[in-house]
Amino acid sequence: MLPGQFVEVRVDNSPNTFLRRPISINFVDYNNNELWLLIQIVGDGTRKMSELKVNDPLNLILPLGNSFSLPQNTKSKVLLVGGGVGIAPLLFFGSYLKANNFECNFLLGGRSKDNLLQLNEFEQYGQVFTTTEDGSHGEKGFVTQHSVLKTQHFDAIYTCGPTAMMKAVALFATKNNIFCEVSLENTMACGFGSCLCCVTDTTEGHVCVCTEGPVFNITKLKW
Amino acid sequence: MVDLKIQLAKLQLKNPVMTASGTFGYGTEYADFIDISRIGGIVVKGTTLRERQGNPYPRMAETPSGMLNAVGLQNKGVDYFIQHIYPEIKSFDTEIFVNVSGSTLEDYIIASEKLNALDKIPGIELNISCPNVKEGGMAFGTSCLSASQVVKAVRRVYKNELMVKLSPNVTDIAEIAKAVENEGADSISLINTMLGMAIDAEKRKPILSTITGGLSGPAIKPIALRMVWQVAKAVKVPVIGMGGIMNATDAIEFLLAGASAIQIGTANFIDPIVSIKVIEGIEAYLVKHGCSSVYDIIGMLET
Repeated sequence: MLPGQFVEVRVDNSPNTFLRRPISINFVDYNNNELWLLIQIVGDGTRKMSELKVNDPLNLILPLGNSFSLPQNTKSKVLLVGGGVGIAPLLFFGSYLKANNFECNFLLGGRSKDNLLQLNEFEQYGQVFTTTEDGSHGEKGFVTQHSVLKTQHFDAIYTCGPTAMMKAVALFATKNNIFCEVSLENTMACGFGSCLCCVTDTTEGHVCVCTEGPVFNITKLKW
Repeated sequence: MVDLKIQLAKLQLKNPVMTASGTFGYGTEYADFIDISRIGGIVVKGTTLRERQGNPYPRMAETPSGMLNAVGLQNKGVDYFIQHIYPEIKSFDTEIFVNVSGSTLEDYIIASEKLNALDKIPGIELNISCPNVKEGGMAFGTSCLSASQVVKAVRRVYKNELMVKLSPNVTDIAEIAKAVENEGADSISLINTMLGMAIDAEKRKPILSTITGGLSGPAIKPIALRMVWQVAKAVKVPVIGMGGIMNATDAIEFLLAGASAIQIGTANFIDPIVSIKVIEGIEAYLVKHGCSSVYDIIGMLET
């Protein structure tokens, strides 16, 4: 399994959870044979997942999708920017970057401090900067307003979170000529290239986010 | 041993389980999950004369026991299929049908003629029922006259198994079925998706970019069963039933209603190995009921 990939979770026994739920791989702990999924309760599917107990079986298809690409230059200083539950794949990627000797930094944003998750885990793999809209943790404002973007230079930026945030991060990267990849979360029916529902518009036309993505270089996307 | 073989005009399938167009890619997407050669037949993604980008995102809305889609026949066109996809899939040991759609009568004729030349494509499924394109598609399948015209024109150029896929978005589906049978359809498949709609109340906006889309899944199964039963009574050619089949029991219900074969659609998205489970489930049912052939249950609904 590679950072950026996702799983499709089957949630049975409800007419409202007919399709599988695509969920990012949050972390893989090979030592303990664990796969972590970070779930935000937004509807019936995620609510049912949140009610699972230890040792309950779970039907998954995995791993799916492509992965974040490592920077070409091993001296690269890397920034991972996450918002809300979009931080999920960045923890696994951060651990992967650290294992590959990259200098990794995290810029994580949320509405308030309660929305900033797994900060202790992130700190194991690099320096963590935060923003909250209400100023309850880190700098007040959005991730793209954080001072670290002005005071430090980054060679590569990777982002996952709300579309508006990712677009703002992509704009910053484009303006500053920084390599940038984003992880999209389009709604899917299958997750493996069969239904053609999750497409995004790219320089090569409509492509499936599940098979060509979820990770895209921003130069490929027609945002 | 139970005999699962079924006959569609001149073509024999090893069992009555097919996969529906647009839900099984080109088969290659499922090769990691199952042995494709066990399936009776696969109908590959809707193919048009020219490349189509399909509709803008969002194209899908989950609904109770089903989903709406508005993909809009995204495909690279029939020439690309012949040059690049056909060589990859022609060795699959199953019967491969190409679902053919078009905006004009001419589109249908040219695409069908090109596919007629392919050795390992024993049939086409003429799609006169796609609800997600602005021109053509379903417009051909919603009146007896236009349905007859397109089938007649394609029949003239297409010599292999001609399956015609009907739209449920009509007042009397049996009349359309009779019309296409009269023009030389070898078999009739139904139903395509039901036209539907989903709304995001908070945003006061439709969920699909196209506002309306095609509903599939168990939500439409009772309608599909009723229509298959009506059509099977009305025509002599074999009927291929589909609409919300999730398991072997669902499939058996369609066979009892008069379908000679069934197609599994939306269920492929949720359970990529469902087609194999359905084949095994039909076989187990036949054994349990002391049947020697699947024909012992086709059309055997007791009313």
